[in-house]
Amino acid sequence: MLTIKNLHAKVEDKDILKGLNLEVKAGEVHAIMGPNGAGKSTLASVLAGKDGYEVTEGSVDFDGTDLLELETEDRAREGLFLAFQYPVEIPGVSNINFLRTSINEIREYKGEEPISAKDFMVRVKEKSALVQLDAKLASRSVNEGFSGGEKKRNEIFQMAMLEPKLAILDETDSGLDIDALRIVADGVNKLKNEGNAIVVITHYQRLLDYIVPDKVHVLADGQIIKTGPKELALELEDKGYDWLTEKA
Amino acid sequence: MEIAQENKVLQFVENLSVGSDLPTYRAMAKDALAGMDFPTTRVEDWKYTRVTRITKQNYKSVEATADASAYRIPALNANVMVFVNGFYDAAQSSIEAQEGVTISAVADMDLEDYLDKLDSIDENVFSLINKAYYTGGAFVRVEKKVVAAKPLHIIHITTGEGVIANTRHFIDVDQSAEMEVVCTHHSVNAAESFSNVVLEGSVGVNAGLKVHKLQLEELDMFHISTENFIQEKDARFDINTITLGGLLVRNGLNILVDGENCDTMLNGVYLTKEKQLVDNHTFVDHLQAHCVSDEMYKGVVDDKSKAVFNGKVIVREDSQKIEAFQANGNVLLSRDAEVNAKPELEIYADDVKCSHGCTIGQLDEDGIFYLRARGLGKKSAEQLMTQAFIGEVIERVKNETVQDYIYTQFEERFGWVR
Repeated sequence: MLTIKNLHAKVEDKDILKGLNLEVKAGEVHAIMGPNGAGKSTLASVLAGKDGYEVTEGSVDFDGTDLLELETEDRAREGLFLAFQYPVEIPGVSNINFLRTSINEIREYKGEEPISAKDFMVRVKEKSALVQLDAKLASRSVNEGFSGGEKKRNEIFQMAMLEPKLAILDETDSGLDIDALRIVADGVNKLKNEGNAIVVITHYQRLLDYIVPDKVHVLADGQIIKTGPKELALELEDKGYDWLTEKA
Repeated sequence: MEIAQENKVLQFVENLSVGSDLPTYRAMAKDALAGMDFPTTRVEDWKYTRVTRITKQNYKSVEATADASAYRIPALNANVMVFVNGFYDAAQSSIEAQEGVTISAVADMDLEDYLDKLDSIDENVFSLINKAYYTGGAFVRVEKKVVAAKPLHIIHITTGEGVIANTRHFIDVDQSAEMEVVCTHHSVNAAESFSNVVLEGSVGVNAGLKVHKLQLEELDMFHISTENFIQEKDARFDINTITLGGLLVRNGLNILVDGENCDTMLNGVYLTKEKQLVDNHTFVDHLQAHCVSDEMYKGVVDDKSKAVFNGKVIVREDSQKIEAFQANGNVLLSRDAEVNAKPELEIYADDVKCSHGCTIGQLDEDGIFYLRARGLGKKSAEQLMTQAFIGEVIERVKNETVQDYIYTQFEERFGWVR
């Protein structure tokens, strides 16, 4: 589903990604861990197509399309979803209104009819229940006045609404208490199926007790330096990253 | 060689005519013009708005017909008065009689009786030209304790090239009475025409008046309006100024708060594009204590257009316990767009709560990226953000039908979907 080959990217003339390779297949959950400044969030931003991130080398194939050639919105329309590390507050834009526009623009891109008001509301009800997001929050301004946990739940709610092929969760667990973490993880697990894939970027092994990865990657200094089974995360939790980075 | 010192204002009004047997106030206005000049950009109040584009031409004042049916707002269920090129069009107007409510085409005798209420508000050259040469207007009087059953919708249409429309309205709301007026301004094939409007009135003791002004002319004509109001004790006054049309527009609001415990709310929205210039000057003069004024103006400025905001508030020496709030926000959508914003607070009392804030910026890029990352096109994302920015002001318009109408105009002019 996602094949990243030798990806190099820089921000303001600083090389961050230095030849990153990653292969994610449908039905898989991958975890990317690594020390601060390794390039984890840069990878997420590059994949989503954020301005200011320049790809200097390499390729990203997303289900047969060259992802790097697409505008941000077209990446989303092709089925890529990024759960933001810091969800943006947008005063005055209601969650519900923007999601309806979003779903309809995605449908239009695929040559489908707009969603009916009724179907939309049914979906809102169902998906907001999935992450225990208060219906009132769902219709408020995007993330405005939301607590940290509510913002992250809102990200997963949006993911549920948009049903992406590939979701990248950028530190969705950071700052969550155990209850909020369980809710978010439950939501993600319910959305997981054979046809989609999830990449979890995290600092903390704890999340992986709830979202169990098929593979764990260590990202350090712009490259994946180690890949292993889910047990690798526990080892990292115990030993930190130094033993890997020194060896590398 | 003979050097003739010509007065530009007199030249400007050369083609305008007015009856010979002028009532005193009009004769005085006409005489005053001889000693006046048009403001240049050296005058602080007009620093960013060059009126030469308007004043270099000679306009004709002509009666005309134009179909007003498209401009009616059915859901408003209002009394309607139509003015075409400044002349009252009785045939297209419809006024339902109500006891204690006078709505009629203005006559000199009406104004003579009431104008002295506004004596202490300074006139400018354009309002004086209007006073001397106006051709029509609405006269509204709501008697003591009467609540007008319907709002009044005043439809202004300018049609034909090089036309001047001098329209002058007067609204008198007596003690504990209530009134609401919607003014819409439209144009049809009126390139290089000039709408010069004055809306005046008095909000009596414990009375309430709401005014919604929607400027919806095409982008090829000029518009200068003067809104002068006085509030007496315990009076409530809301004025909303929505400017979407016009090539060069100046809205001048002067509100004299001359009584205690008054409530004054001013809201403004301007959305400009191409080569428009929209100038909003507001002046709230707090002469008495225990009053609240709350002002919010927001604009979105695109292409090579320009916007000017100048919000002046004076709190006089004995006007204690005043709360005066002012906020002006601007979003620039293009590199060539320009905004000149100036809050002006003069406070001479020592126990007051006043604030002002002014922002000029771009749409939040992180917000736009966030929306795009959810599949919204760049245009939709920008539109949603712009709408949200402006929406905060529209929500303050205390009439849902008017709100709906404003959103409909956004849809028609900018393709915004609600």
